[in-house]
Amino acid sequence: MFGNLSDRLVETFKNLRSKGKLSPADIDATLREIRRALLEADVALDVVKAFVNAVRDRALGDEVSKALNPAQQVVQIVNEELVAILGGEQRKLAFAKNPPTVIMLAGLQGSGKTTLAGKLAKWLKDQGQTPLLVAADLQRPNAVNQLQVVGERVGVPVFAPEPGNGVGNPVKVSKDSIKHATQKMFSVVIVDTAGRLGVDEEMMQQAIDIRKAVDPDEVLFVIDSMVGQDAVNVAKAFEDGVGITGVVLTKLDGDARGGAALSVASVTGKPIIFASNGEGMDAFEPFYPDRMASRILDMGDVLTLIEQTQKNFDEAEARAMAEKLAKDTFTLEDFLDQMQQLRKMGSLKSMLAMMPGAGQMRAQLDQFDEREIDRTEAIIRSMTPAERRQPKLLNGSRRSRIAKGSGMTVTDVNSLVNRFEQAAKMMKTVAKGGVPQLPGMPNMPGMGSFGGGKSKGKDKGKKSKSGNPAKRAAEEAARLSGQKPGSAPTEGSGSAFGLGN
Amino acid sequence: MAGFLFWKKKRKDEPEAVVETTAEVAEVAEPVAVIEPVVVEPVVEPVVETEPEIEIAPEPEIEPEPEPEPEIEPIVVEPIVELEPEIEPEPEIEPEPELVAVELPKRSARKGIRSLFSRIKFDPENLDELEDILIQADFGVDASVSIVEEVKTRAKKSGAETEAELKAILAAVIAESLEREDKALNLSDGKLPYVFLVVGVNGVGKTTTIGKLANWLTEGEWSVVIGAADTFRAAAVQQVATWAERAGATLIGPKTEGQDPASVAFESVEAAIKQDADIVIVDTAGRLQNKTDLMVELDKIRRVIEKQAAISEVLLVLDATTGQNGLAQAKAFAEVAKVTGVVLTKLDGTAKGGIVFSIQRELGIPVKLVGVGEGINDFAFFDAQEFANGLVS
Repeated sequence: MFGNLSDRLVETFKNLRSKGKLSPADIDATLREIRRALLEADVALDVVKAFVNAVRDRALGDEVSKALNPAQQVVQIVNEELVAILGGEQRKLAFAKNPPTVIMLAGLQGSGKTTLAGKLAKWLKDQGQTPLLVAADLQRPNAVNQLQVVGERVGVPVFAPEPGNGVGNPVKVSKDSIKHATQKMFSVVIVDTAGRLGVDEEMMQQAIDIRKAVDPDEVLFVIDSMVGQDAVNVAKAFEDGVGITGVVLTKLDGDARGGAALSVASVTGKPIIFASNGEGMDAFEPFYPDRMASRILDMGDVLTLIEQTQKNFDEAEARAMAEKLAKDTFTLEDFLDQMQQLRKMGSLKSMLAMMPGAGQMRAQLDQFDEREIDRTEAIIRSMTPAERRQPKLLNGSRRSRIAKGSGMTVTDVNSLVNRFEQAAKMMKTVAKGGVPQLPGMPNMPGMGSFGGGKSKGKDKGKKSKSGNPAKRAAEEAARLSGQKPGSAPTEGSGSAFGLGN
Repeated sequence: MAGFLFWKKKRKDEPEAVVETTAEVAEVAEPVAVIEPVVVEPVVEPVVETEPEIEIAPEPEIEPEPEPEPEIEPIVVEPIVELEPEIEPEPEIEPEPELVAVELPKRSARKGIRSLFSRIKFDPENLDELEDILIQADFGVDASVSIVEEVKTRAKKSGAETEAELKAILAAVIAESLEREDKALNLSDGKLPYVFLVVGVNGVGKTTTIGKLANWLTEGEWSVVIGAADTFRAAAVQQVATWAERAGATLIGPKTEGQDPASVAFESVEAAIKQDADIVIVDTAGRLQNKTDLMVELDKIRRVIEKQAAISEVLLVLDATTGQNGLAQAKAFAEVAKVTGVVLTKLDGTAKGGIVFSIQRELGIPVKLVGVGEGINDFAFFDAQEFANGLVS
C-alpha cells in the first residue's frame, strides 16, 4: 500500500530525468501520483484538489522550468506547500495574562481527550505551572474515574465534584472549577469534556455552554490521526459549533499517515499545537509541521528518489554541509561502533529488506555477505586507537601488522581503508544534495549505494551522513519492529515525530 | 433482521416451550429430558475423558464435541453413547439436545446510516463524480474507481439513465460486495460457552460495544460473562463493570492492578465454564496495530483462551471515522488475532465507514455488527442491503 507511491514515482521520475525538463504533461503525471498519495494518506478530497492545483500553478511557473532538476523541484514545492498549510511555524500555547489560564478540550468520542488531558497537565507541570484537571465528562461510564487515575499518575489534582456516568451538570462543574482554581491559586485549568459528534446539536450546545462558563484561553480540538475523509466535516462542525483555537493530533504513534492533520488545518485555518504519540504520559510534544509533511507524503521515500535523480548540487549549500560534517569527524572508531550497533539489531540484510523502497535492491541485498562485517571488524580491531582515529597514519608496515593481527591480507586492509575513504567522500557528496534540510532524509539514502556487493563499508559511511547513523538505524529498526520508541529526541528523523511513517 | 436463531444452554427452570421455532428443533428438543441429568451439575472438569466418546459418534455432521461438558464419571457418560444413534437419523441436528433456540430482539441500524448524497446531489449525467463521492466516504481510491466502473457497465447493459435507476444499481453493487453468508455471529455450533474476543485500536468503542452486545444477549436470555482484560488503561475495568451491571452480566476482572491480561482472559473463561454460562466476552486493551509487543500480548491472550474453549468470534472494532488506515488495522489484527468479523461503530456521526468495503474485498472479513449511538440499544446486526440503501438514499 505505502511502498507503491515510491515505486510509481520512480517510474514517473525516470521519465522526467531522461528529458531533463518538465513538460506540463510530466507535471500532471507527477501530480496524479501525489494526488493519490494524499488521498491514501486520508487528506480530504476537496483539500487535495485545491492543493494539487496550487502546486500545479507553481510548478508550471518559471521556478521549475529553469531548474536543473525539475523533478526535485516539484517535490520541493509539494513539501513547502504542505508545511505552509500545516502551519509553517509552531504556535505556542496561549497563556492568560491573569491566571488561571483555561484550556478546554473538545472532540469526538475516543479521540483521546482524557489521556491527552493527563499528558498536557504533566507537560505544564514540568514547566513549573500548577495545573488543575477538571472532570467535565459526565457522560461516558467512568470517565471521571479515568481522569482521576490519570491525574494521580501525573501528580496533578483533579476537580471532580460529580461522579459522572450521566449524573451531574458539566457546565456547572466547569464553572465551579474556575472558582476553585482561582481560590487555590492554580495557574492552569484543563477542562476535559465528553466526546461528542459534530451532528449532535444538544451536545454541541452543551460544549458552547461550557465554553461560555469558563471563557477559555484555548479551546483545543482533539482529533485522532487515523480519521479519514470525515475529518473536514467534524472539524467544521466543531469550529462552527463550539469554536476552536487550536488542534491536537493524537495517536501519532500508529502507522496512519495522518492526512487528517492537513484536512483540519486547511478547513479551520487553526494551528496544530500538539502531537500526542504514545500511551505513556510523556508521549506528547509540540507539533512540527515539517515532520508531518514528510509523514503525509511518505517523504522518506520521495527524498530518496530525489537523491537518485539528483545530478547537480547547489554549491553554497554543499559547502555549508561539508563544514558541518568536518566538525563531526568520522573515524574508523565510529565506523566500528556503528557496526557493532547494527549487529545488535540482528540481520542487517533482513532489516534492510524491510525498509520502504528496498524492493528494487533486493537482488543486490541477496549478494551481500554478512560475514563481511566480521572481517571488517577484525581488521579495525587490530588497529591501534590512534590509527583508528587517523587512518592517514596507516603506512605499509602498519598495514602489514594489521593484516597479520586480523588474519587477513594486506589487500583486504587496503580495500577497507579505501572503502572508508570513499565512505567519507560519499557522506560529503550526499550532504551536498542539500537534502538534510528536509526531514526524512536519513530514512533511505544508505540504500541507494547498496549495489556494490562488497561495498558495505561504503554503505555504512554513507548511511552515516546524518552524523549518527547507528542511532538513526536503531530508530529505524525500532520502528520496523514496532517497539515503542520511547521519548528519545529524534532529530532529523525521517518520519513525523520520529515514529512510523 | 429476523432469522438469526441461536442456541444456548437450557436452564433447569426453563420451560421447553421456548423451542417452537421450527419443527426439527422441537423434535431435537425432546431428548433434552433424557440428557438433562447429565448436564445439570457435573460441569466441573475439562473435556478430557470425553474424547473417546466423541469418536464413537459416527456422524461427522455432528460437531466434534457434541456435549460441551458431558465428561465426568463414566457412569453418566454411558447413556449418552447409547443416545447417539437415536439422534443420528435426523440429519439436521445442529444444536445439542440440551440447547434451546433463542431469537435475539430485533434491532436496526437504519437510523445511523447517512446518505452519500446529503452534501453533493447525485448527478445521473456525470457518473465520474460518483468516484469523488465514494472517496469522500472513505471507500479509498481503488475501490471507488472499481465501483464506478461496475455501475457504468451495468447501467450501459440495462440502459439505466434516471437517478432512481442508477442509485439502485449503485446500491446493488455495494450490497453485493458486502453481502456474506457468514455475517451472523457464530452462536450456533453448540460448543458452549461461546467465547468472543473483542480487539481494536484505542478509542474505537470496544468497551461500549461489549456493553451493548452483552445487554443484547442477556435480553435474549443468555447468561453472559464479561472478562475485563483491559488492565492497562486507567479505569477501563470500572468502565466495563458499569456496562456489565447495566447489562446484567457477570464481570470477571483482574485481582490485582495490572494483572496479565491473558490471565484475566483465562479466568473469565474458566469462570464461565464453572457457572455454566452461555457466552464469554473478553475485552482487551486498545492497541495500535504497529506495536509489536502489544500484538504479541494479544496473540498470547488468544492462545490462553483456546486452552479451555474454542473462540467463536474475534471481533475487530473499527471506528466509522477511520480512514485508509483501517485496512492496515484489519490486516494486522487478522494476522495476530484471527479476526472473524468487524464491528463498525459510531455510524451515527457524519462518517460513512467506506473502509469496510476494502476490508471485506481485500481481506474477506465480513462486517457483523454496527454501533449507531451511545444508547445501550443503539446496536444491530450489519445488513449489507440496509447499509447500501441507506448510503444511496
